[in-house]
Amino acid sequence: MTLRRTGLSRVLYWVLVVALALGGIVMVFPIFWLFSVSFRPASELSVVPPNLLPVFWTLKNYETVFARAPMLTYLWNSFVFATVSTIFIILTSSTAGYIFAKFKFPGNHAIFMLVLATAIVPFEIYMVPLFLQMNALHLVNNPLGLFLPFLVLSYGIFFMRQNTMTSVPDEILDAARIDGMSETGIMIRLVPRLLAPAVSALAILAFIQAWTAFIWPLLILNDPKYFPMELALSQFANTGSTNFGVTSAAAVIALLPSIIAFLFLRRRIVEGITITGLKG
Amino acid sequence: MIHPLAAVRGVPRRTWLRWRFAYLVLLPTLILFTYLRVVPTAWAFVMSLFDWGIVKPAEKFEGLNNYIKLLSDKNFQTAFTNTTIFAVATTVLSVLLAIVLAAFLARVVRGRTGGLLELLYFAPVLVPLVPVTLGWREIFNYNHGVLNAFLGIFGVTRVPWLSDPTMALVAVIILSVWKQVGYNMIILIVGMRAIPRVYEEAASVDGASAWQQFRHITMPLLAPVTLFVIVITTIASYNVFTQVYVLASDVQGAPGRLVRVIVYDLFENGFRFFNMGYASAEAVYLFLIILVLTLIQFRFLRGSTAE
Repeated sequence: MTLRRTGLSRVLYWVLVVALALGGIVMVFPIFWLFSVSFRPASELSVVPPNLLPVFWTLKNYETVFARAPMLTYLWNSFVFATVSTIFIILTSSTAGYIFAKFKFPGNHAIFMLVLATAIVPFEIYMVPLFLQMNALHLVNNPLGLFLPFLVLSYGIFFMRQNTMTSVPDEILDAARIDGMSETGIMIRLVPRLLAPAVSALAILAFIQAWTAFIWPLLILNDPKYFPMELALSQFANTGSTNFGVTSAAAVIALLPSIIAFLFLRRRIVEGITITGLKG
Repeated sequence: MIHPLAAVRGVPRRTWLRWRFAYLVLLPTLILFTYLRVVPTAWAFVMSLFDWGIVKPAEKFEGLNNYIKLLSDKNFQTAFTNTTIFAVATTVLSVLLAIVLAAFLARVVRGRTGGLLELLYFAPVLVPLVPVTLGWREIFNYNHGVLNAFLGIFGVTRVPWLSDPTMALVAVIILSVWKQVGYNMIILIVGMRAIPRVYEEAASVDGASAWQQFRHITMPLLAPVTLFVIVITTIASYNVFTQVYVLASDVQGAPGRLVRVIVYDLFENGFRFFNMGYASAEAVYLFLIILVLTLIQFRFLRGSTAE
């Protein structure tokens, strides 16, 4: 309330709130607009100026989408892809991060520096050679070829190392060793409990990353039956005969899981995004 | 492998058991990591020196020819210019807007109202890019798009958002700022909330106005976070692809021709013309840009943690 103390009137405060709210409405408008257009009959699509809401509401566009494209398959493909990627990234990042943080061995620093160095290389830089590697393994147009590059995340290793250093005290590890716990036991049963918040943040990052992946699926897959949602939707929207109403209905279907996830996991998702962002 | 080495150096058994454990746990991750990150990154550099197709790889060593040819390649020049304009505009706009929003939402408008507003501005960050790009594509439509209808109220003639190359670039910038601003805002809000209130209260006691407090206390203390947000946005912007591919593909299925960006050009050289060596040289150029940006950030962050 710094401003009020310095003499800003209540009126100005509410003017500010209204201005921010108008801006906020503009921010969600494109999402609202997809919903609104998706319920319009074809005859209402080219009305100038456009109506804010449909005059006649219809589900016809959704029927057309489901008749033309296996949307549920695409959602399932995305879900499997994101889940597999998340599980592997969590496993590889937290074990490697733990080792880098808590074990001294020859090469620790050098190997970690290599990991850190690749963390700054964007995917677009090495996607051409990566494609050739997948081609050599005959994994082009194969879900495995899609999954493989998403099984490790350099940044995840870095992130888990930082978190291990801050939230896994050496005293606890030593106490467990004195109690006769094996190194494997410590790593599998004890450490995960201490790292839970970091793991959940990383899981959110990994899941979103795979769910929204676009260029790699576009390169590696040809057969629509393997397409994750994002790729499938972009191809669907570019088939000539598709009108705006149908495209919007397809886009709404693609949006729904994210919106539902957000309604239930809002705080966790926002936290996950800020934590993984800030420790970078 | 480890045992003899350990024996030679006279390392106690307990220590090399710990080493063995560390190596064994790391091994699967390192294999995946080497194969999926280190090898392709290294190959990108190697391939950039060759005339490399998909059928007959490594046919001819070209030295730096790919790099030299790229410099006079009209498509690459266009892509580089467009991407740079895009990156600078998107970064400047999204960071400035985010600072304004964060200042109001972290310090002035708080409680439930503030939380709700925060949510509205953050919403675009959480939705996948392709569906909302399609939403924007409808909004930008020349004939019956909402944006042209809205501008029409103020007497602006209809703008060819998606058929004129310049306006299409503007459209991609608008869409990307919209998508990015909430992320930058939330990071800045977290940064602002981490600044101890005593600084501002002390300044307030000394009679500093809200603006003076913001200008002379909040912003300087927020500099590392602001820099982080600037660099992250610039790097992400240099890698722009999806929005351009989806937004500009309205015109006769010619994605990316309208607004050619570096990654699209790279994609086309590599996977449409199968000039993979050439595409790799382009990737290395892109890498150099990103490397410079990252080094700026590292330097600065190191400086700020040393305080």
